[in-house]
This record gives sequence, C-alpha cells and structure tokens, in this order.
Amino acid sequence: MEAAVTTLLDGLVFSSYLFLVSVGLTIIFGVMKILNVAHGSLYAWGAYTSAWLIGVWAEAGLADAGSFLMIAVAAIAVGGVLGFVLERGLIRFMYARDEVIVVLATFATFLILEDVILLVFGVDPYFAYQPMAYLGSAEIGGTLRDVYSLTLIGLAAVIGVVLWVGLTRTRWGKLLAAVIHDRELSVAMGIDVTRVYVLTFVLGAVLGALGGAYVAPMVSVAPGLGVEVIVLSFAVVVIGGMGSIPGAAIGALIVGIFRAVAVHQLPEVELFVVYAVMAVVLVFRPEGLFAPAQARRI
Amino acid sequence: MQTGRFPGVAGAIAAAALLAAAPAAAKDTVTLAIVSFLSGPAAGPFGVPARNGAEMVIDAINSGTLPAPYATKGFAGATVTGEFVDENGGNTKQVTEYRNLVQKRNVDAVVGYISSGSCAALTPVAEELKTLTVFAICGTPRIFEEAPRQYIFRTMSHASSDGVAAAHYIRDNFPGVKSYTGINQNYAFGQDSWRDFELSMKVVMPAAKQSDKVLFPKFFSGQYGAEISALSLDDSELVHSSFWGGDLEGFIFQATPRGLFQQKKTILTVGGTAVYRLGKKMPDGVILGARGPYGILVRDRKTPLNEWFIKTYQDRYGTYPSEPAYQYAQAMLATKIAYDKAAAAAGGFPSQDQVIKSFTGLEFESFSTTVKLALAGGHQAVTENGYGISKWNAEAGEPGLTDIKFYPAECVMPPEGVTSVEWIEKGMPGAKC
Repeated sequence: MEAAVTTLLDGLVFSSYLFLVSVGLTIIFGVMKILNVAHGSLYAWGAYTSAWLIGVWAEAGLADAGSFLMIAVAAIAVGGVLGFVLERGLIRFMYARDEVIVVLATFATFLILEDVILLVFGVDPYFAYQPMAYLGSAEIGGTLRDVYSLTLIGLAAVIGVVLWVGLTRTRWGKLLAAVIHDRELSVAMGIDVTRVYVLTFVLGAVLGALGGAYVAPMVSVAPGLGVEVIVLSFAVVVIGGMGSIPGAAIGALIVGIFRAVAVHQLPEVELFVVYAVMAVVLVFRPEGLFAPAQARRI
Repeated sequence: MQTGRFPGVAGAIAAAALLAAAPAAAKDTVTLAIVSFLSGPAAGPFGVPARNGAEMVIDAINSGTLPAPYATKGFAGATVTGEFVDENGGNTKQVTEYRNLVQKRNVDAVVGYISSGSCAALTPVAEELKTLTVFAICGTPRIFEEAPRQYIFRTMSHASSDGVAAAHYIRDNFPGVKSYTGINQNYAFGQDSWRDFELSMKVVMPAAKQSDKVLFPKFFSGQYGAEISALSLDDSELVHSSFWGGDLEGFIFQATPRGLFQQKKTILTVGGTAVYRLGKKMPDGVILGARGPYGILVRDRKTPLNEWFIKTYQDRYGTYPSEPAYQYAQAMLATKIAYDKAAAAAGGFPSQDQVIKSFTGLEFESFSTTVKLALAGGHQAVTENGYGISKWNAEAGEPGLTDIKFYPAECVMPPEGVTSVEWIEKGMPGAKC
C-alpha cells in the first residue's frame, strides 16, 4: 500500500511538471498553428530569471515566503516581454508560411536564446533553494516528501481549471474558438485577430516561463535546461492531441504515471516508456487522444 | 657489402637517421589547442575550471614562475600560446573541429577533452593525423584497451579506478554494509561507472547483496522525485552514484529534504566537483570522490607545488580549484616536461617524434600527486585514488572532508596487458593495496 501511494504521488508530481511545461506549447499551437520550438527557451529564461530574483530577494535579507512572489514576477516578466517581442518580431511573419519554415525559424530562435542566456547569466549554475527549504518536508505514504514538489500538483490543477473555464465559459474563450475555427471569417465578423494572436502567444509564453520559474528551486539552473523540456513537451502534446488542453493534461498524466510505475517496478524501461506510450497512441490515434475536431471547408 | 653496392640507399638511411635524431628548427612559440566544455551543462562544473587551471599554468610556464623543478620558461624555451576551444556540440562537431585545428590552424598539439565520447571519437582521427594529443580527463578505459596508440597520451587514471577505490573505501570504512544499489546517468560514463563499482564490490565485499532495481535515469533529466522514492523504499544500505553537474546538484537538492542522505550511506564518485559550488547545501556524511587525488581531497596537502597551485588559483579566480582545474593543469605540466626533456636530449628544440619519445613512460611529480605513465606502453597514466566524507566546517565557513583515504595506483588500476574489466572480474590479481 505504501509503495502504491508513493508511486501514485511520484506520478502525479511528474505529471504536473509535464503539464506545466507543455500547456503553453499546446495553447499556442491550438490557436495559432505555430509549433514553437523556442518554448524550451522560454522555460529556461523563466528558470534563470526566477533563480536570479530569488537570490536577490534572499541576499536582501527578506523573508523566504516572499520568494514565491519572485517566481510569479519572473514568469510574467519573461513571458510578457519575450512573448511579445517574439510574436511581433518573428512569429507574425510566419502565419502564412509553411509549418516547416515555422519550425526552422523557432528552432533558430531557440538556439539564439540559448546563447543569449550564456551571455547574460554565464555558465555557472544558479541555485534557488529558499522556497523549497521554506516549505519543508512531510511524511506521506511511508516516505518523507518535500512539500514544494507536492505544490506542483496544486499549481497544475489550478492552471488547468482556470484555462478550461477561460476557454469554455468566457467571452474571450468564445472569440478564441472562433479564430481557431476560421481566421478569415473571424476577421470579417470584426474580431481583432492580431490582438487575439498576441495575447495567446504571450499567455503561452508566460505559462512556459512559469514552468521554468516554478521548477527552478528544485534543480540546478544551468545551461542546456531548455533542451530536455522541449522534447518531453512535444511527447506530451502529441499524446494528448496537438492544441488540446484536456489532451495535454491527460497526456501528462499518462506519461507521469507510466514513468513512475516504471521507475519503481522496472527501472530498465524508464527511458523507453514515455516514447513507447507516444508510439502506441499514435498507432491507434495518429491525431492524438484529444485532438480538436478539424473544420472542413467546402 | 650491401652498402657498397647501394651507396645511395645507405646514404639516405644514414641521413634519415640523423634527421630523426636531430632537433627541429628552433621555435618561438608552441601553439596548443585546449579543448573543454565552454558552453552547455558541463561548462560550469567541468569545462570552465578546467580552462582556468590550464590558463593559469600556461601563464606561469611562460613567465617561468612555476615552483621548482619546473621554473624554466616555456615549452623547451618556446612561449606557449593556448587556443581555447569549446567541447560542446557532440562528437561529429569535435572531429570536424579537431581536423580544423590540426590541418588548417596548424596547432602543435591538442590538449584536453572531458567527455569519454569526445575521446573515443577523436582517437582514430588523432592517430590518422599523427598529431600529439593529450587527453586530460575523459574516463573511458577503452582508449588504450582497444589498440595501442602512438600519438595519444592520457595524464590521469581512467575511470575504472573510481569504482575499485570506492569498493575498497566502503569495505574499510563501512564494513557492515550488507546491500547496495545505484543511480547513474543512462549513458556510457554512468553505465561504465556502475559496472566497475558493481564488479569491484563483488570482489572486495562478496557478501554484500546488490539491489535488483538499479536506476539509470535519463542524462540531464533534472527531475528525480520517483527515483528518490524508489531509493528510499529499496532495502539497500548504500547508494552509489557517478552523477555530475546539474544532475548531481538537482539530485542533492531534491534528496536532501527527503532525508535520503540520513537514511542511506551515499557515495558520489564525482561529488568533488559540486562541493565548493554547493557550499553549506552539500549534506554532511556523504562519501565524495574527485576522480583521483584532486580538488577538495588534496586541499590540505602541504607540498610546495600544491600550495602554489591552490593559492595562485584562489588569488586569480576567487575559489578553491576543483578537480578539473587540477587535471587540466596536470596535462599542461606533463606536456611541458615532455618538451623540456626532449629538448635536453636533442640539444635543441625537439621534433614531435622526440616529444612523444620523452612523453612515453614519463613519471613526474604533479601539483597534487605522483603521475606515472605506466600503462598502454607508457601512454596511460596511473595515480592513487581516494575518497572522503563531507563535513561542513562551521569554523572556517567552508566545506571539508573527514576520513580521507587514498589507495595507491597499483591497488586501483589494472596492470599492463589486461583490460580493467578482466582484471576486476579475475579478483584484481597483483593489486598492491
């Protein structure tokens, strides 16, 4: 029983991490049909900025509880600024282009941003352990757990619910749905599509940066941080169905739970299991588990 | 006489012999390509300290300020120019870069390389291009075990000695350990490190039981929640890991609040690279290695060379030197000694062949230890290897080690003519501990 509880919690924590880092990617693709490879850089910039701000906060002798504020500031600042600059400076020129061109352009951006990180933050790692130390540990299911990683579950759940409500129960969500289904008709109906695109991209960027900013206290923030994330994010998004938020959640949950079971029961297949799940899903549902229905123009 | 019938041939042979023995034309500068990770995840823990160690020693060599007996200027009197090159980007890029350095930029020698993958990929290329290449770190024993090499040297022990020394250390300090498991990165170095440790434990502590759930998480995965849970639930008393860089630091951050280091004895064979960076956040009671007698393991060795190295490094970079700094500095020193020795023998600036001849089988006192190029026909170095236990020194406000113990090279490295795996599997015959 203890082992089952531990495995479930491990799976939920990893699923939450996966959802946080992939939901921004799926929103941008769902609305704009932009496969943003630079998403990994937004994650890395969020992590670096968060770690740096938490360090500044701690050096100023301020209370550790306030370092959570720094995480939010880092996510909003990085996502807001980088998201806006990328959309206006690059992505808007890609809307009419082939998807391969978009992937190449965002991949180039990813490489540039990785090097800019080196220029700005250097090669030495940043440590931002204060939020994790502040929340301490608790014994659950027979093993000691750090409370901070458990809060990932809550954060992912809140973000998932807020996004779902925002997309299905608000005026903004309806506008978004209209743009997703038919961009030209939306323009004809008076929807400011450019504004929708900018806001969507910035929202996706903030979510990507939030993933990095929130994970920063748990890891060594070092060069190359964004590389691993982009691969995992794509796997989750493909499993769930590109552009589907429930799909990203379910995809993350499937991958997280399978991986946790593998680590506990058959560690030899841990590496393989994420991509095995992806392959099986693609065999039976090539468009992913929850791909939004495609409108067919006549 | 044959020579009488072919006087031209005899003359040519004699001339060639004279040319081989004669010194090369005098040179003002020796250009070295110095390769280490300057970007990517290995830059902070390995590449930059390595470059710093090399740069500092080159400057001292050029100004003739190395401690005795190495206070002569330059390599055989020639000023050393270092071209620092990034090792990041994968093996294909490294092979292209190596060819570029040798064939277009005409460097005299290539020194460095941290990754076993880089060294394995470059070995045939270095032999093909017939260029003196000094591997400073890369751990894999395969370089010289697969075939003899003419142009390549490695100036530190290979990684098998880490596993052997770890097993000896556990037996000597924790003889009651009854079971062990491991968490190592899922790539060549992680797999090989576990293999060497596991094989050594079977020889040194045959009664200890190995877990059937040894973990190999993805390289640079960053998230170890499930792995830490699995280790906590495992009955094993000891955890072995060769994690390094961001993976090591992330693992320590995530395992500390979960009490893993209190619950299990943990041995981190490359933990020395993190100890200064983590400072107080490195938990007490963890067994740390440094891939040989380097870094924090030798901080208190009071020899003129070591004291000079630590003080000069601290003055210049504001921190203690970690093991990559020592290891690259050692490669530079070895190359200088080979050039100087060859010049003395040749009576002038030496040719590459003369340098290689001097390098072969070299034995010298390095900054922290004695280095003997005793294996692979005099191309592979052997040194002692050791471990210590982390303990924060509150008085000095810096990390420290207790219970440091070293094992001689003849105890932790295989003898000539046998591969490390064969040697360990046979019960380490001839080991002198």
